[in-house]
Amino acid sequence: MSRTRANRTWYIPLLLGTVAMLFPLWWMITLSLKTEADASAALTRGRGLLSVPADPQWGNYGEAIRRVGTSEWWGFLDALANSIVVTTVVLVATILSSSLVGFAFARIRFRGNKVLFLLMLATMMLPAQVTMIPLFLLFRSMGWVDTLLPLIVPAFFGSAFFIFMYRQFIAQVPESLIEAARIDGYGWLGAWWKIILPLCRPVTAITAVFTFIFVWNDFMTPLIYLHSEDQSTLAVALNSFRNQFNGIKDVHLLMALSVVTMIPCIVLFFAAQKHFIEGLGRGAVKG
Amino acid sequence: MADVRFDSVTKVYEGGVQAVDRFSMSISDGEFIVLVGPSGCGKSTTLRMLAGLESTTDGSILIDDQVVNDMPASERDIAMVFQDYALYPHMTVQANLAFGIDRRRTHRSRLRALCAPSYANRRREELARVRTRVQDAARTLGIEDLLERHPRELSGGQRQRVALGRALVRDPRVFLLDEPLSNLDARLRLQMRAELRMLHRSMGATMVYVTHDQEEAMTLGDRLVVMKDGVVQQCDTPMAIYERPANRFVAGFIGTPSMHFLPGTLTGSTFATDGGPSLQLPDPGPDGPCLLGLRPDAVVPADTGFQAVVEVIEHYGDCTDLVLRCGDHELVSRIRGHYEGREGDTATFAIKHRGVHWFEPGENGRRIQP
Repeated sequence: MSRTRANRTWYIPLLLGTVAMLFPLWWMITLSLKTEADASAALTRGRGLLSVPADPQWGNYGEAIRRVGTSEWWGFLDALANSIVVTTVVLVATILSSSLVGFAFARIRFRGNKVLFLLMLATMMLPAQVTMIPLFLLFRSMGWVDTLLPLIVPAFFGSAFFIFMYRQFIAQVPESLIEAARIDGYGWLGAWWKIILPLCRPVTAITAVFTFIFVWNDFMTPLIYLHSEDQSTLAVALNSFRNQFNGIKDVHLLMALSVVTMIPCIVLFFAAQKHFIEGLGRGAVKG
Repeated sequence: MADVRFDSVTKVYEGGVQAVDRFSMSISDGEFIVLVGPSGCGKSTTLRMLAGLESTTDGSILIDDQVVNDMPASERDIAMVFQDYALYPHMTVQANLAFGIDRRRTHRSRLRALCAPSYANRRREELARVRTRVQDAARTLGIEDLLERHPRELSGGQRQRVALGRALVRDPRVFLLDEPLSNLDARLRLQMRAELRMLHRSMGATMVYVTHDQEEAMTLGDRLVVMKDGVVQQCDTPMAIYERPANRFVAGFIGTPSMHFLPGTLTGSTFATDGGPSLQLPDPGPDGPCLLGLRPDAVVPADTGFQAVVEVIEHYGDCTDLVLRCGDHELVSRIRGHYEGREGDTATFAIKHRGVHWFEPGENGRRIQP
């Protein structure tokens, strides 16, 4: 009995945490449904900050999408298409390259395996800001500025964090499965594609969700490399929208567009939730 | 099916550990060879070198007179059953069985099948052949009802059958089996042992089987290779090894309960044990210091003979094992049926002719022919 009560007590901090997490989302959604005057009043005077408007302005969403960029509708569609292309390619490339490198580190015995793995791990210690300028200079010398290439190409070389996760997971896969695949006529690449990759579903789900959220919401990299409006991604388009309408003035439209931008992340999370949580648990226990 | 030959094959791991030392033997087409020995004796390494999963340090491995040392595992046309079955967990039983032969199809491209009708026809024929072979293997092993299941939905015995089926479907030149029954319970192991034997007889395939279980080795193999520390101790038929073990190690390893050894000096047919009584033997042996090896069934209760204390009595129903204390030495006597005496009693035992072996003194004493 007392044990049950103690267990229930734990719900209080969890509940508070959930409320704290959901607060910005709720705020964003309610603001996106208010009129311009109500949204301004809520922000400046705090009136009805969190309340659901009696007359929700669903039209804000269409209006926000229409007014992205300088050309009506096309600004949003260009940014959406760029975001989809960049995110999809980066997602696929990260999964393939990270799992392949993780597989090599976990299963292929070669001289320098451990040293290379440690070097790879060491790259995680470098803050992104440190490599920002050298990378920009490199890509500029290659003529890649104002193209999507600087956003996409690095993903084909794997990500240290995901390589580490794949390596830890693959190390748990019985060696005999790979040996059986080799005897069945497959080389290292065949064993990776046919056996290892399908078995790595939990890690792949984590990689997919993390990569998607990071790339979809990435503001800094597109801001550095993409200058033309037709090359911009959604995260950058959001920013230009806010500047264009002087920030706080059209906050209801900004919030509406933010909600639209967030939808794919939420859908993906729920779709991959089962594998995602399984993968996180696995990493925590066996990593 | 194929002949296999090992020619002075040696394996030294990085760090200098010698796993296999100049292993030589010929395996005839259709033979069932069992590599047997304690853990770390090099039997699995030998098998893995034949499979192509380990490289050789020296010597040659030949399959059908073709040196395969540098040939990748995928090209050796062998099939292997692993100790943990190594079934692909994300595939159904059907996909597991078809996996190996599917790789060997020559018309696999879906795209080309869409463009060229003749290619599509050949692709269809190949797929049909794969399906037929999978069905045949499943029928042989009695797993037809399991084809749509995943490995996690199978019992240990069923997984074992699927693993065997995967090898069977391939119709390889050589079957390699690495302790395939060790994860099964005792009853299932007996059943699978008999099935394996029948399967070998019906297929006439060349099989190389690795086990540390000497009972399994004795019942399955046409010939056994007993190994210790990477060195072949003896290679012969099971009965020849049991009746004429080449050295003390083989004598002690083969046979349950294992042979007991008494050091001493033989004069005529009287053996004076070191620190124990003198034993009267049915036949004279090699005079001088030596090691007497006694199989448990060679020591029997008798009216005349030597005295020993019965320390432990183990009833097995059809037979009884008696652990005897004889001076400083321990012996085991296996008798048929029930033993009437009690633990702690002193009784008289004699030694039968069959089951007496002579070895040179020392840990690695060789057999002495009397």
